[in-house]
Amino acid sequence: MTTQTSSITTTRRGGGAGGRILASFLYALGLPFLLLVVWAVAATRSTNRFFPEPLTIFDAFTETWIGPAFVEDVLPSLYRLGLGIGASIVIGVALGTVIGLLQWLRELLEPLLEFFRAIPPPVLIPVVMLLLGITDTMKVVVIISGAVWPILLNTIEGVRATDSVMTETARSFQVTWWERLRFLVLPAASPRIMAGVRQGLSVALILMVISEMFASSSGLGYRIAYFQRNYQVAEMWSGVLLLGLVGVFLALVFGLVERRVLRWYHGLREVSRA
Amino acid sequence: MRVSSTRRLRTLRKGLLGVVGLAGFLVVWQLIPTFDLINPQYLPYVTDVAARLAEESRDLAFWRRLGATMTSWGIGLAVATFAALVLGTIVGLVPVLRRATHTTVEFLRPIPSVALIPLAVLMFGIQREAALVIIIYASFWQVFVQVIYGVADVDSVARDTARSFGLTHRERLSHLVLPTALPYVMTGLRLAAAVALILAITAEMVIGNPGLGSLIELSRSAGDSVGLYAFVVVTGLLGLLVNLVFRFIERRSLSWHQSIRGEEAR
Repeated sequence: MTTQTSSITTTRRGGGAGGRILASFLYALGLPFLLLVVWAVAATRSTNRFFPEPLTIFDAFTETWIGPAFVEDVLPSLYRLGLGIGASIVIGVALGTVIGLLQWLRELLEPLLEFFRAIPPPVLIPVVMLLLGITDTMKVVVIISGAVWPILLNTIEGVRATDSVMTETARSFQVTWWERLRFLVLPAASPRIMAGVRQGLSVALILMVISEMFASSSGLGYRIAYFQRNYQVAEMWSGVLLLGLVGVFLALVFGLVERRVLRWYHGLREVSRA
Repeated sequence: MRVSSTRRLRTLRKGLLGVVGLAGFLVVWQLIPTFDLINPQYLPYVTDVAARLAEESRDLAFWRRLGATMTSWGIGLAVATFAALVLGTIVGLVPVLRRATHTTVEFLRPIPSVALIPLAVLMFGIQREAALVIIIYASFWQVFVQVIYGVADVDSVARDTARSFGLTHRERLSHLVLPTALPYVMTGLRLAAAVALILAITAEMVIGNPGLGSLIELSRSAGDSVGLYAFVVVTGLLGLLVNLVFRFIERRSLSWHQSIRGEEAR
């Protein structure tokens, strides 16, 4: 999960620049296009109404989601998702840094944290519902209660594994506590933190959908479940498509942020590999 | 000699602190409803939950539900792993395929598998098959991606050496590709096992096919908070067990690998 996609790109010389661009264009879009065509042909031939044609789904997509539904269902979902992820990162990194730096606290909490991480996050939805009722806060808390664990545990691991030579050097140079945190501990832990955030993101997205399927009268998850119950198959597919797009979008944004935050790290790895 | 005794002392201290932490958590949990910080109806006493756990553990119906969940988990994980190993090896070994599938994989992978729940319900109804669709979809990608990376990670010097020594295709696969990819595969498998369990229980909660998840949903709708907390604890223990077992398998199967050997020498 933490391995980098950059290792996949193959460099092959030869051919003009235009030819190379065309080739990579074909490579990127060839298979998706082929799959769509196969789907379309299969859909027109078969009588299975659970798999409508791609064009029908596309129509349903524009009809369902572009317009007021975007403001009523999509934006609140994304807002809760963003809030949940943001809070998870802040809580996870802050607590994780403290726990990672204090050995006794780490040993005190380790079995407990292992247990909490092992609880399947969606199971927490009924518990949080019981404690907070069916509110917007509950949905955000549900997202936090699931997404915070991978971030927290990875931060602890990352902080703990800070290079001891560097820590001692910083200490003997009398670098202040705050500066040590800012310039040594957090950067050293950042690869692990980002790995945790990546896991947290997918958990958060899952929890957003499920909490809305469970207890909501708006939101993406609610809409999709509603379409399913009413046998609006094309609309339901369009919702699945939208969720997929949200997932891809999140992954893209995360990739950009990660590349920025960990630029020094990837650079270092490239050098050590060469 | 002294080193080993201080080390033993440290592990003892660690274990002791862990137990203290766990006990402290349970005490705090017990005290919160006792002092009425949260109504016992919403956060029941630990003692009640523990009693309920003991009671359920003597109930065959509970074990049957647990078995149903684990069966879905096992089938889903096995199918996903097998498919991911076969497809991942093929795609990972052929550069053209790897390039051609890249965008498709990167699009399909982030789709949250729970988005497919409505579709699975439409196709299969309230059945285990519906849950399996979700479980397989989610755990497939975990293994698949790792296999692709692992298979592609073969050291170029080793590969050229193998080629110049005239190893056959099959020999190269078993002596070169497999050892390189195994750590990746085991990581993927461990992740997939955890993900499969999450989705097995989630699917039961949302779809309603019998299992632990549907027990949780039932006790929620019945207002049985003691049962709800008891079953949540059970899922946590189950998750812990799955993690431990797969970490053990990982260590055993990679005992020859640098990452494990280096750890033990320290």
